[in-house]
Amino acid sequence: LTHALLAVDLNAYWFQTLVKAVLVLVAVPTATVIIVQTFMFKVMAHMQSRLGPMEAGPHGSLQLLADGGKFVQKELIAPARADRRIFFLAPVVVLISTFLMFVVIPIGPTAYAENLDTGIFYAMGVSSISVLGVLMAGWASANKYSLIGGLRAAGQLIAYELPLVLAVVGPVMMAGTLSLQGIVKAQADFHINVFGAASIRMPYVFPQILGFLLFLVGTQAELTQTPFDMPVAESELVAGYQTEYTGLPFLFFYMGEFGASFGLSAIAATLFLGGWYVPGLIHGHSLIANLIGFAVLFAKTMAVAFLIFWIRFSVPRLREDQLQSFAWKVLIPLSLVNIALTGLFKVVF
Amino acid sequence: MRSVTGGFAKGLGITLKTMLTPAVTVQYPHVKEDPPTRARGVIALKEENCTVCMLCARQCPDWCIYIEGHKDKAPPRREGGKPRTVQFLDRFDIDYGLCMYCGICVEVCPFDALFWSPEFEYSETHIADLLHDKDRLGEWMETVPEPPALEAGAEAKKGAKK
Repeated sequence: LTHALLAVDLNAYWFQTLVKAVLVLVAVPTATVIIVQTFMFKVMAHMQSRLGPMEAGPHGSLQLLADGGKFVQKELIAPARADRRIFFLAPVVVLISTFLMFVVIPIGPTAYAENLDTGIFYAMGVSSISVLGVLMAGWASANKYSLIGGLRAAGQLIAYELPLVLAVVGPVMMAGTLSLQGIVKAQADFHINVFGAASIRMPYVFPQILGFLLFLVGTQAELTQTPFDMPVAESELVAGYQTEYTGLPFLFFYMGEFGASFGLSAIAATLFLGGWYVPGLIHGHSLIANLIGFAVLFAKTMAVAFLIFWIRFSVPRLREDQLQSFAWKVLIPLSLVNIALTGLFKVVF
Repeated sequence: MRSVTGGFAKGLGITLKTMLTPAVTVQYPHVKEDPPTRARGVIALKEENCTVCMLCARQCPDWCIYIEGHKDKAPPRREGGKPRTVQFLDRFDIDYGLCMYCGICVEVCPFDALFWSPEFEYSETHIADLLHDKDRLGEWMETVPEPPALEAGAEAKKGAKK
């Protein structure tokens, strides 16, 4: 066995792919744990003048171990009339969409799973695969609440995909590339000349503030978080498309949702806040530079995630028709205006 | 529109402020909250004050107080005097499985034999164990707090009315 292990070519394509796949498979549950522990347990509790879980581990830090164990133990129940295959496939589809999104996020100068030339296009594409999973779940549950929830989710995700994608166009136009790594590098070099006298370096969030806000609103809706959580509105639809799920499949939906919230926050941090780059700290392509890059990206991601969850914990749910009219009548025109302004900006400066 | 954005910002401000102020939660089994004044936790019995007058047992809406006593001779107060006839308390039980914590027994007792104690940790796995006998009720006396100070002028008013 040792001989066989030593014979492995570390640069072989299959081996590299294996390592990347394992890394992404580890990254998504870890991200979910971090998001849920930090925001759902602690930030939410303190915003509601509570402490949150305190008993499992120091300050309840091991609470998710207990919760995860509970979910794994539970019986898998499918309704009698449910389409069993599709029913159990749906949460996996949602989860896969999250896994695929993590592939293209660069975490350092040379640290990334895959540096696609069409990186952001790919990320937006795979993030919308989750709509399919949600629709499958709603339809296969053979439950009217699930069906209405699934259709609401589909309508919402399609409506808010547009402002999300159109908001992404801004940074892409400024950087001149779709590659996330390319956008980070272009952002590192980005500066504005003030009357030819001084040049100010800044991340894209300042010239693209409208795009950033549109992206945040779109993210909020994509993640079906309050105020856009009509698909799982418990007072109207029990739990929407998640109503009939128990145990592990239910956990998959949760991992998909919170993993995606980390992934989309990381993409927002990459597009608008400069990603892993921080002026003066990163030189070269060493391991240290990659580690610093990872820490910087993590901090920025958590900052964006805090914004998203802060809004989630502060505002009540909108009505279904308000949701749709807000997307089509406000957000999409605004994002088109943003694209036009960005084009103007690009030509003038 | 302005009120919508204003309300949105105000809501965010409130949650942020709440997050930054320490939570008021008391970690109960590790830390115990100070009981409020006149907290009704458990009723304590000061046995030597009880004259077996049965007023508490009669007033109790739940019939959760059980009293038994007997009449007997006590030594005389003065040298060479006649022995006194005194009621001796044999049994004084409160069934906390029935008690509804109305406090009428404490109010009605003319000899200050019953007191409220703020202790509340006496749950049992068997309902029969909730019947506290007079020794157990007497043990609660240690936990009875000092009565709160009278309000300023309370004494004088009482005298003036009479």
